[in-house]
Amino acid sequence: MAAPLTLLLIVAVTIRAVLFRSSWAELISERVEVVSPLNAWKRVVEGLALLDLGVSPYSGDVFHEVSLSLIHFLFKSILGSDGITAVALYLSIQTYNKNVFRKQKYALESDRYPADCLELLRSPKEMFYIPLKVAMFYLLNPFTILSCVAKSTCGLNNAIIALFILCTLKGSALLSGILLALATYQSIYPLTLFAPALLFFLQRLYIPVNLRRSSFWFFTLQYAFIYVGSLVVITGLSFFLLGSWDFIPSVYGFIFSVPDLTPNIGLFWYFFAEMFEHFRLFFICVFQINVFFYTIPLSIKLKEHPVFLIFMQIAIISIFKSYPTVGDVALYMAFLPAWSHLYRFLRNIFLVSCVLLACSALFPVLWHLWIYAGSANSNFYYAITLLFNFGQILLVSDYFYAYLRREHHLTHGLYLKKKDGTEATLVLK
Amino acid sequence: MILWIQQSKAAARDEFQEELVIRPLHSGDIYASFQFRTLWDTDFLQEGQKVSHYRLFPKSLGQVLSKFSVRELHISFTQGFWRTMQWGQPFIPSPPGAELWVWFHDTVSDVDGNWKELTNVLSGIFCASLNFIDLTNTVQPSASFKPLGLGNATDHRFLRYATLPREIVCTENLTPWKKLLPCGSKAGLAVLMKSEKLFHSSFHSQAVHIRPICQDEQCSSKAWELRQTLNVVFDLHTSGQGKKEWSLFKMFSRTLTEACPLASSSKVYVDITDNPELSPATPLLGQAVVLGDRRTYSVYDLSRAETFGQLRSFNLLLRWKGDSDMLRPLLHAERYVAGFGLQTGEIHTVIYNNHPYRAFPVLLMDSVPWYLQLYIHTLTVTSKSRDNKPSYIHYQPAKDRHRPHLLEMLIQLPPHSMTEVTVQFERALLKWTEYTPDPNHGFYVGSSVVSALVPSMVAMRTNFTQDQPLFSSFVPVKEESSYFVRVYTEPLLVNLPTPDFSMPYNVICLTCTVVAVGYGSFYNLLTRTFQVDEPSPPLSKRLANLIRRMRGVPLLT
Repeated sequence: MAAPLTLLLIVAVTIRAVLFRSSWAELISERVEVVSPLNAWKRVVEGLALLDLGVSPYSGDVFHEVSLSLIHFLFKSILGSDGITAVALYLSIQTYNKNVFRKQKYALESDRYPADCLELLRSPKEMFYIPLKVAMFYLLNPFTILSCVAKSTCGLNNAIIALFILCTLKGSALLSGILLALATYQSIYPLTLFAPALLFFLQRLYIPVNLRRSSFWFFTLQYAFIYVGSLVVITGLSFFLLGSWDFIPSVYGFIFSVPDLTPNIGLFWYFFAEMFEHFRLFFICVFQINVFFYTIPLSIKLKEHPVFLIFMQIAIISIFKSYPTVGDVALYMAFLPAWSHLYRFLRNIFLVSCVLLACSALFPVLWHLWIYAGSANSNFYYAITLLFNFGQILLVSDYFYAYLRREHHLTHGLYLKKKDGTEATLVLK
Repeated sequence: MILWIQQSKAAARDEFQEELVIRPLHSGDIYASFQFRTLWDTDFLQEGQKVSHYRLFPKSLGQVLSKFSVRELHISFTQGFWRTMQWGQPFIPSPPGAELWVWFHDTVSDVDGNWKELTNVLSGIFCASLNFIDLTNTVQPSASFKPLGLGNATDHRFLRYATLPREIVCTENLTPWKKLLPCGSKAGLAVLMKSEKLFHSSFHSQAVHIRPICQDEQCSSKAWELRQTLNVVFDLHTSGQGKKEWSLFKMFSRTLTEACPLASSSKVYVDITDNPELSPATPLLGQAVVLGDRRTYSVYDLSRAETFGQLRSFNLLLRWKGDSDMLRPLLHAERYVAGFGLQTGEIHTVIYNNHPYRAFPVLLMDSVPWYLQLYIHTLTVTSKSRDNKPSYIHYQPAKDRHRPHLLEMLIQLPPHSMTEVTVQFERALLKWTEYTPDPNHGFYVGSSVVSALVPSMVAMRTNFTQDQPLFSSFVPVKEESSYFVRVYTEPLLVNLPTPDFSMPYNVICLTCTVVAVGYGSFYNLLTRTFQVDEPSPPLSKRLANLIRRMRGVPLLT
């Protein structure tokens, strides 16, 4: 499988190089859908220029990245970060598929599946091309290409998260903790990925998730120690690099308090532009809690399926974070081929794909009408933002529904009958 | 009582001088500049001495100086923009709108607190909305606004500079300004200041400058100097009916009847370098080197009774024709915004050096509000289409809703050249409560300040004499070969993207709806399980089952 992957990488690099050299590159790096105040390359260059002038980059409100020197050092790898992400996703999905197939084999041998759901089982033939499809979905996704050509640091964040997923699936708790700490250090939201990673390791080490068992706490504390420890070390390192704690209010304070209301594809900007001052703090808290609070319920429901939980968490972060960009959307969309066996249970996939396609096409149009032509106003762009987020929410909940339904069928049988023998319909009650 | 008055008369050496300079301009307009100088002889710098004698110095300003420990105060209110290329350099430059810059004593511990209170008090004294000056439009220039009076303090922590480009000047600002004069508007040159004529002009600027000065060459005694200046340019066509013929009556609808009795000198200077026709004639002539140019003046001394003639009224008549060559101002600056759309833009500042062979450095100060985010890495300075790197850049980036950008640069201007400074910015979307009531009018960006020591073709006088005309002694001259010039550029009017102001409730509802859709879908999927859908029994059967349950009898299926 190395050859198709290499071919895919070459095609992806070619497309990016062509776009990079053309005049579109500057246009794309200014687009608000692709870059946000947190990850724009223009702001990194501005931070470097401020450092040259002898002013701390965090003294103004233009630079909101951590660890300037790290970014500067990794500049070249921003362009290659897409490749790293794709390869990491490829290998992780390969490992995951192997795990899934093995579990399925054991379940089949122990006769755990009802007789009529054999058609729901997955075959190696069907699963063979999934890793390549995942890599393709990521590399050739227009969102990713735009994000890479704009040199947004979102690509770096995606690469770190993808590497974290790879290390988790390969079973290395140390590396996984360190990479998760690095991802959290860059933007706080990957903190919620701690729970699925923990669940995966517990499952892999056959430790039951029982709050009363000491083995559970022992491992949890170990993993938490690795994670928190690396986070403290990385934060301390950046303090020593820049010599002050200025970056904490400038980066983390900025992410949480949302002072900059530049339009983007998220829900926060217009909401807080039109917010009554009196309620601002309350709604900031509500919206930020909204990102984090699905973790525990989802972890309880999906404790047997940590990889799907990772997908759900990444999707929730991308939809509800304070400054989302299309690069974040591209990361969770890359996972969709891994759930292609759920296709028969998806209810709204046609509607959702139409909504997402239409919104992606309308974003630049309505932006132009508002900002350049002056014939529309901010409400038009806001409406498309609402619709885009609604479409994403529908997509994620649709896949969740399909996943749960397949699990239900695998335990209760595919063709269910009502008490009187006629064909039954399944509802959520 | 009489003894006390006599004693105080002997002790106080307050002095008041007034002058009016009339300069016919090349384009047919006429420029009139009033200067009133009050010297207040008091030991102000002594700690703990409360001042209670106010003779000629206005009490309101004296109290302001002592309460806020102000060392220098400069405030100006301007309506209109000074057109340097058509009118030459003004005697006292000022930017459109209101400008206030203050040096505090270094004994002040809380400069920001003093500044805030000072702006509010001055807002009351001058009936202007200076209370809009707050930390979001105040800067601390590091090099551009050095003290014009005594003192060599260079710690710019005690300097505050703010400008309100949107401020409008009207009669309500002129009246309290006139009240600060010792004679008020009842005697002397101030009788000419009638608002219906003064505000019907191309340019009107009134200013108050307070600074400590030395009273003699050896600087053995110090005094406070209060200069009130009023510069006005009357337009040839709107006020002059198209004829290059001006008189005091035509300009001010008044004539002079007497000098201010409290003034030690009261003079009218008329610039006759370009040989206009002047009546009544006067034998008094004077020459002064001002702004690098030697000009000849006819002097009318109003303290002499014969100036007023038999009618006891002095009306000057001035007529000139012909197009003489105006001396091209050596330093000139323009500013404009480039770009299109409401997302980004570029500020271009163009500085012209019209000296034929000398290059000189200029200090450019730009204060840009925080909602236009400047990108300093896009700063380019080009002279004669080649890169010109500034030798000193002081940049303080803005903090959202706390302080504006401050950019100060020292640029060397090559001779006879045009230097262009460009910097890109991005426009921010503000909260809906932060917009002015008319948001589509735009937001004002204050003028840039270009300060320079321009090489002079004529030697300037550096020695200090008492009988120097006021207009040539405003800025202290440190060396013979150059003179200090400050040029203000145009203020900018920049549009920002606006949200829809009628929508707060709708936006809250709609966004919360989308979040609730997410919450609802996840809640359903997390708390409910899949069950086979059994059809619910008809109502009759349900009622029957209910009764059966009560009776304790087995239910119907």
